Amino acid sequence: MLIFEHSRPGRRNYSQSPTTKAEKQNIPQNLLRKSPMLLPEASEMDVVRHYTRLSQKNFSIDTEFYPLGSCTMKYNPRACNALAMLPQFLTRHPLAPEDTGQGFLACMYELQEILKDVTGMAGVSLTPMAGAQGELIGVMMIRAYHEARGDKERTEIIVPDAAHGTNPATAVMCGYKVVEITTDKEGNVDMAALKAAVGPQTAGLMLTNPSTLGVFEKNISEMSRIVHDAGGLLYYDGANLNAVLGKVKPGDMGFDVIHINLHKTFSTPHGGGGPGAAPVGVAERLLPYLPVPMVAYEKGAYRWMTEKDVPQTIGRLSAHMGNAGVLLRAYIYVRLLGAKGMNRVSEYATLNANYLMAELRKAGFEIAFPTRRASHEFIATLKDIKEKTGVTAMNLAKRLLDKGYHAPTTYFPILIPECLLIEPAETESKETLDAFVAAMKEILVEIQEQPEMVKSAPHNMPVRKLDDVKAARELDLTWKP
Amino acid sequence: MSIPTQLKYTKSHEWVKSESDGTVTIGITQHAQELLGDMVFVELPEIGRTLAQKEECAVVESVKAAADIYSPIAGEVVAVNSELESAPEQINQDPYQAWIFKLKPANAADLANLLDAQGYEKTLESEEH
Amino acid sequence: MPFIPHTEEDVKEMLASIGANSIEELFDEIPPALKTGALTRVPPGMSEMEISRLMLERAQADGFYLSFIGAGAYEHHIPAAVWQITTRGEFYSSYTPYQAEASQGSLQLLYEYQTMMASLTGMDVSNASLYDGATALAEAALMAVRLHKTSHRILVPRTVHPVYREVLRAIVRNQNIEVVEIPFCPESGQVLLEHLEPFGQEDFAALVIPQPNFFGVLEQVDAITDWAHEKHASVIAVVNPMSLAMLVPPGEWGAQGADIAVGEGQPLGIPLSSGGPYFGFMACKHDLVRQMPGRIIGRTVDLDNKPGFVLTLQAREQHIRRSKATSNICTNQGLMVTAATIYMSLLGPEGLRRVAAQSHANMLQLTEQLEKLPGVKRVYSGPCFHEVALTLPGPVHEILQALKEQRILGGLNLQEHYPELNNALLVCATETKTADDLNKYSEMLGKILKKYG
Repeated sequence: MLIFEHSRPGRRNYSQSPTTKAEKQNIPQNLLRKSPMLLPEASEMDVVRHYTRLSQKNFSIDTEFYPLGSCTMKYNPRACNALAMLPQFLTRHPLAPEDTGQGFLACMYELQEILKDVTGMAGVSLTPMAGAQGELIGVMMIRAYHEARGDKERTEIIVPDAAHGTNPATAVMCGYKVVEITTDKEGNVDMAALKAAVGPQTAGLMLTNPSTLGVFEKNISEMSRIVHDAGGLLYYDGANLNAVLGKVKPGDMGFDVIHINLHKTFSTPHGGGGPGAAPVGVAERLLPYLPVPMVAYEKGAYRWMTEKDVPQTIGRLSAHMGNAGVLLRAYIYVRLLGAKGMNRVSEYATLNANYLMAELRKAGFEIAFPTRRASHEFIATLKDIKEKTGVTAMNLAKRLLDKGYHAPTTYFPILIPECLLIEPAETESKETLDAFVAAMKEILVEIQEQPEMVKSAPHNMPVRKLDDVKAARELDLTWKP
Repeated sequence: MSIPTQLKYTKSHEWVKSESDGTVTIGITQHAQELLGDMVFVELPEIGRTLAQKEECAVVESVKAAADIYSPIAGEVVAVNSELESAPEQINQDPYQAWIFKLKPANAADLANLLDAQGYEKTLESEEH
Repeated sequence: MPFIPHTEEDVKEMLASIGANSIEELFDEIPPALKTGALTRVPPGMSEMEISRLMLERAQADGFYLSFIGAGAYEHHIPAAVWQITTRGEFYSSYTPYQAEASQGSLQLLYEYQTMMASLTGMDVSNASLYDGATALAEAALMAVRLHKTSHRILVPRTVHPVYREVLRAIVRNQNIEVVEIPFCPESGQVLLEHLEPFGQEDFAALVIPQPNFFGVLEQVDAITDWAHEKHASVIAVVNPMSLAMLVPPGEWGAQGADIAVGEGQPLGIPLSSGGPYFGFMACKHDLVRQMPGRIIGRTVDLDNKPGFVLTLQAREQHIRRSKATSNICTNQGLMVTAATIYMSLLGPEGLRRVAAQSHANMLQLTEQLEKLPGVKRVYSGPCFHEVALTLPGPVHEILQALKEQRILGGLNLQEHYPELNNALLVCATETKTADDLNKYSEMLGKILKKYG
């Protein structure tokens, strides 16, 4: 039932809007709205029940295990939410004077400093509002750097074929041509392909390390040298930072610019698809181009740094300073963990991934890169199973939902056929991982014994398999009374 | 899977039919529609547009993928199959009937450079390995 | 160990299963020379009790003010139910709804949101949100350029939020798109046909129309919408969603309506929170839906013919189209949209109208009271929604400082963005302001202004 179907003409909530209808009004008649608004007229209780019930149709970290590769679905501590929602923080206007927001600004400044340490970068700006925007800003800075040097012939960005789709889409938004390079059998970037692709036209290379294939690029220092020697810059997609937190700093691997997904590594909520936050960090030579505003600390007070302080900045990429409330949650998370706790994140994320990989292999699943260590995630492939039984990775994913587990990431990276990208995150216990392995084993048996049942999964969810062809052909994007 | 022998083909999975009036008709092959799955949308080129060989000129979209259609030879677009706009599933039902657009070739001799059915079959075999 | 459940026994058993002697051994593929990651500047961990104390002290240091600042972020009452439901774990900690069967809650909510936003803006379809109002405008500009095919010029009046214009320029700069700024009438504070004409000689892809504009003034939207359409350009409306409870929606501007409507969703139940997270909204005419960036939810049926919801038109998006996607946007501001949908459901049409009407009335009342003070007058003659530009008889920064000492944030100094506007202040009053608040402001300002009399 839709919220609109709870609506009755004339019903309304008297406590939540002004008790009288204001009469003072001087808007010209031709500018006044005449057409009705299709908003529900429902009681507070109906609204609360409706949306509570809807929430119960979702999987979430608070209710299910989410081994979703590349997404780092770790527990979101409740303290981070509660303290970020203190009323003084919620009611602070973004344009309120600096001296009325020293407490808030102190958190932002300290978060900048902490992220510099974590990434090994010289400067950090907190403004990007999502991973894809962090990427956009990172590549914009690469472009600004080359342009400031009068180096206008650099028209290409190199991206591995295993990269997330936002990488090539971002490069194009920055006016670059995308050159894709291949991956070798071990899951590393093909060095011969990289050497062939690099040249005076190379603006930069976008890379995730550990890669989206769940393995560490062993040749990273060599890659860095090749790209830098050609005059290009290295971009680090921080999607997988959880794997190396406190172990390796992207700055030490030779990267010039990085974005960090706080909604992954720093445990801010995914919120059913945002808001994220993706601060960017840069090496010395890109400092002049960081987006504003940032926070400075001078003479015992915090203040905004604007275009006046950073005249070559690529500018502003949000109306204010990005997703401030998300940044507060990340700050609280880091303070709860401290340096040691941050270090443990990568250790236990890696332990959980390698354990799960070992157990699934013993259970009979094929691992895509069996000779490699898992980083914080790894890939299983159902290629053989599909050839023998017709059951696909998607079918298995849907069957997992029936058993109370969110599906791993499927069909990404696209170069591994029938892949399941599995990331358990450090916050899951051994019992949960064991129970997940048991569920996967059960499905293996089901695939042999009742393949059709697996192919038509899910069976126990609020809805069965949905017709997405009908959805796209007969677009129904809004409800009509 | 049978590949009609009277048609010509490209490596990017378009089929090309020479018409008696000197124009050519273009669509996508059975193999291409199988790869893409259920079609949900077709973006057609504009009539009158001049295309170079291998120029991107149309898009076919399924739920899970979108593929560019490349012009097999240089020429001018003289007709488009606007029925596909409301019924893109025709491509799945009969890919060799559900044509996408017609070209007036800039140079009729270009047709000789396209693959024949046998050549296209070889391309498909090599793709599988 | 904070947020790590492993016992020593667990670790032993897990390492045995892997065949490794220590956790450190699991990092043996990383070249030793690179293992320099030890964190030296991250402070030691705190307990929940300690961090609670620290955050409370910082929050208290910031305190509360009586605020009359608007300029793109507006204080409205948010019913308690909005955030209590929104922060339920099943919304708060769920992932982007890629697995439709496990995300029917979020997907149905987004479908309801699309319906509400399409109706509020008077457009046919809405996406499931973008980052914020400023980036939504930039995405709309890119969309208009894709639609127009030949022109890469976008006409943007100077009455559009100055930071939105900065963000727009920053985002489109690398795609050879020209942002042309249009002057406005210094008397009415509006963009008139006479300001547009000189720029219409050459082709342009779109005209951006703010309603209300940055000065709070209402533009003559019908005339300028028709003008742009005559020139075969798209019209991009930048609107405050709260104002649409009172004002003609963009879909009904001029003869054909605007083509794309975007804006900042914050007034719909999102706290001010120092600037974010908010959400951008985008709605458009049906024919343009395939050019619209971001997530879109469609209603369909399952195998049993039961209704259900899915992400649709995904082939436009980066995870399928990669370098040819409509935008690089991936995740958006889902949780904020959850709050906005619950907010709109609780308020309903009459509630929303009352909030808008009371905000407008409070602005009129405040203006009336302030204009009685010597030397205070309205900068522009055009009608306003809930925000107004006023000229003061002295330097604005000094006066704002004096008000702040009385714990009043008096508004935004317009000279920061418009150097030609001397001593001009942008003041906002929403429904949250009582008669006492308005009196307190006008009395205090009266006292401060005596110095400049």
